[in-house]
Amino acid sequence: MSTTTNGRTAAKAPGNDKLAEAATWLDDRVGLATLAKKQIRKVFPDHWSFMLGEIALWSFVVLLLTGTFLTLWFKPSMTEVTYNGSYDLLRGVKMSEAYESALHLSFDVRGGLLMRQIHHWAANLFIAAMLVHLMRIFLTGAFRKPRELNWVIGSLLLLLGTLEGFTGYSLPDDLLSGTGIRAADGFMLAVPVVGTYVSFFLFGGQFPGDDIIPRLFTAHILLLPGILLALIGAHMLLLVFHKHTQWPGPGRTNDNVVGYPLLPVYTAKAGGFFFIVFGATALMGGLFTINPVWKFGPYDPSQVTAGSQPDWYMGWPDGALRIMPNWETHLWGFTLSWNVFLPIIVLPGVVFTAVLLLPFLEAWITGDKREHHLLQRPRNAPSRTALLVALMTFYGILWEASGNDLIATHFHLNLNYITYFNRIMVFVGPVLAFIITRRWCISLQRADRDRLLHGYESGIIMRSPEGAYAEKHLPISVDEAYTLTARDRVELPPPPGEVDSNGVANRKARGEGLRWRVRNFWFSHDIEKPTRTELEEAHHHAEHELSVRDDGHQHLTESGYTGDYELDGTPADGHQFDGRHDISGDELRKGH
Amino acid sequence: MTTHQEPEPGNDEAVATTAHGTTPAVVGDPIADPGLPPHEPRPTDVDPHAERRAERQVATLFGLSTLFAILFVVSYFVFDVGKNPTVIAGYGASNVALGVTLGLALLLIGIGAIQWARKLMSDVEIVEMRHPASSSEQDRADAVAALDQGISDSGIARRPLLRNSLIGALAALGLPAVVALRDLGPLPRGDLAVTVWKKGMRLVNDVAGTPIKPSDVEIGQLINGEPAVFFEDKPNGEPKFEGTRLNDAKTKAAIIIVRMKPEDITPPKGRENWGVEGILCYSKICTHVGCPISLWEQQTHHLLCPCHQSTFDLADGGKVIFGPAARSLPQLPIMVDSEGYLVAQSDFTEPVGPSYWERG
Repeated sequence: MSTTTNGRTAAKAPGNDKLAEAATWLDDRVGLATLAKKQIRKVFPDHWSFMLGEIALWSFVVLLLTGTFLTLWFKPSMTEVTYNGSYDLLRGVKMSEAYESALHLSFDVRGGLLMRQIHHWAANLFIAAMLVHLMRIFLTGAFRKPRELNWVIGSLLLLLGTLEGFTGYSLPDDLLSGTGIRAADGFMLAVPVVGTYVSFFLFGGQFPGDDIIPRLFTAHILLLPGILLALIGAHMLLLVFHKHTQWPGPGRTNDNVVGYPLLPVYTAKAGGFFFIVFGATALMGGLFTINPVWKFGPYDPSQVTAGSQPDWYMGWPDGALRIMPNWETHLWGFTLSWNVFLPIIVLPGVVFTAVLLLPFLEAWITGDKREHHLLQRPRNAPSRTALLVALMTFYGILWEASGNDLIATHFHLNLNYITYFNRIMVFVGPVLAFIITRRWCISLQRADRDRLLHGYESGIIMRSPEGAYAEKHLPISVDEAYTLTARDRVELPPPPGEVDSNGVANRKARGEGLRWRVRNFWFSHDIEKPTRTELEEAHHHAEHELSVRDDGHQHLTESGYTGDYELDGTPADGHQFDGRHDISGDELRKGH
Repeated sequence: MTTHQEPEPGNDEAVATTAHGTTPAVVGDPIADPGLPPHEPRPTDVDPHAERRAERQVATLFGLSTLFAILFVVSYFVFDVGKNPTVIAGYGASNVALGVTLGLALLLIGIGAIQWARKLMSDVEIVEMRHPASSSEQDRADAVAALDQGISDSGIARRPLLRNSLIGALAALGLPAVVALRDLGPLPRGDLAVTVWKKGMRLVNDVAGTPIKPSDVEIGQLINGEPAVFFEDKPNGEPKFEGTRLNDAKTKAAIIIVRMKPEDITPPKGRENWGVEGILCYSKICTHVGCPISLWEQQTHHLLCPCHQSTFDLADGGKVIFGPAARSLPQLPIMVDSEGYLVAQSDFTEPVGPSYWERG
């Protein structure tokens, strides 16, 4: 794409015959001008939150670059060697070749430690950016038709990125990573019926054997990155095909996309952003130590360090593993390890499937089959926002649970009580989060409605002749009012009847009834945007007060008060409290 | 459900064509689209001085980037890695210098490019129309027709024999694909249930391999132990266990030896003679997912796994008293040999480490 882009642009530049010739040569053979003429000036809208996915994309490129560098020295072998390199504390120690080459990279290859650390920081960033990007997509409704499949691809990227991270940090064969693989073996063994076979096939026999590092290496540098690359390609192609979503606003509708062209603005901005991401990870790699494998020593199955923890993104299933009650069933000579199988195999599978299905679940609830290209503010989909915050809370509690030992030691708390607390909170927390978030969103919707009807708080305090104070409200701009109202109206249909319009028993009634109840729950508390009539009434009221200003004299208004208009007669609630008017049933600040 | 389309007075026709499965939009509900606001010129658009200043600024950023790229090369050759890394705040000078110079060289290009875009490239917004994701009805019909034509030409529907035998052949190809992976590993034949421990094998210290006498173990002490065979050599002078074979064996045979006051111990039935003078020996491998355990609380006789905090009471047969582990820590029966050293009475009487399906 980039060569074509350059070629075509250059071809248009006057007096640049050589490049024009080259572009013609290329187009004669691949005929990309038809595509290029549309895409070179493709419009992308601007918003900071659209950058999150870019962070993920660019950190993946950083991973490819630094990872390639690392493969030039890393030896994925479990053959035992005696270390004889530069790091004094481990000289003479027996270790696997994998660990030895990781030490060699860190101490004897100039820039090797830097590349290792950039690679590890970028990996953490990659997954973090994907997760935050996913939350942004969900909160703004960008997953709705026609983008459901891109949501699925994105979720797969998150899953595969996590596996890629695990296989990556397992490679150095240090004590910490070996402990992680050992635990992973325990997870496999807990799978009913086939677990032992899976373990023996993966490890080439008993744990640890000498096959696991080379096998993880192949998965890490070939299999998984290959699939990731293909999926990222598909993700980008769909993005180009659908065109980016945008926030509603004046002139920004569901049928257009308003923004800046790919060339030159986004070439510079997005291309420049690659250097920012690479530069930031390079600074981190230079200044912040990550995964100092030399401090852990080589893997020894009889040793472990206290506070052993996986990389951050593996934290939440690890937390589930820690707070799971110790259930195990023995039946007919077989063992079912619920204590491991449920939290580490079943739970991530269920959560991942649920994430994958979220767009389809919401579409089923709302029954919405339209194409959506305008984003929604999180407050304008209170139940959806609340659902995500509930999921985040679930994730957060489990993530926190994976640090229960560190919380206990750092805050001098009882480890057992932390665990009991988490066992309860992992169920109660999401429910509370759902309720609080939904009410919060609804309050914000109400605030928006007030702003539309009564204007904004100007910050100007008016004092009436009698000494009452009130803040003057002024109408918001048309642009803002349009933006605030550029959202769907909710109209709940009547409940489905037991019989259809022809009087025939509705066989789908039960399913439709459930769907109706869920939909009702989903939408019923939402605050509607004002109708035109409501807006006009509110404005008429304000205008009427304004009109008083013109004569500047005592004047009887509809609301039944007159006043002296020494304060320039500007509309401000509170004038009526001047002691000369009937104020029964009136409040200082009407309608606020 | 019926929800109204967004108000889009500027594009009434477009709304009607793109909004699939929805009620027609209510135009101007409740406020008409005021349209794109006019473009506001930036200082660099109207002031040639500001424009030149921005140009100089961006060029300076790119120039500094070049400088840092050169400094990276200089740092590469100036700072030594290896034996005597000059240390800055605990990190190798080479790493810090390379990281900072590379980071700044990259960042400055990025900042410069973005600054160029923001200050000097046109910031007039462009409007591009969207089209529905779906193809036109005609294209769909043509595609279906082409598909039908192709399928009909192939005759796959008319010739079930061909179709079914092809499906069979393709399915059969799955067998080689699966079978070819058979040699990934041996079948588990009870390997998980046995360790290298056997009757009379000495318990030794895991660092030096020295055998242990009961008098060497103080009350409240915990010793990380291993079978003596890990430190023994074959007749040809090579170690009996080394490399990955040693790790394979260690994974199951690692032990801990603790001594408690005999009166504190409540041995399970049948294990009364498994200890020596209050000295008991347990597997070091957690029954949860297999981490080695060694956080020993001598006052309470509790042993805590650092990975997932399963806690075992060693005075009470290694019973689980907290955490996700389901099974007690397996105990190794020990005695004293003729020379007074601690030895195993037998192998573990149950599989050590994490549970598995066939364990029973």
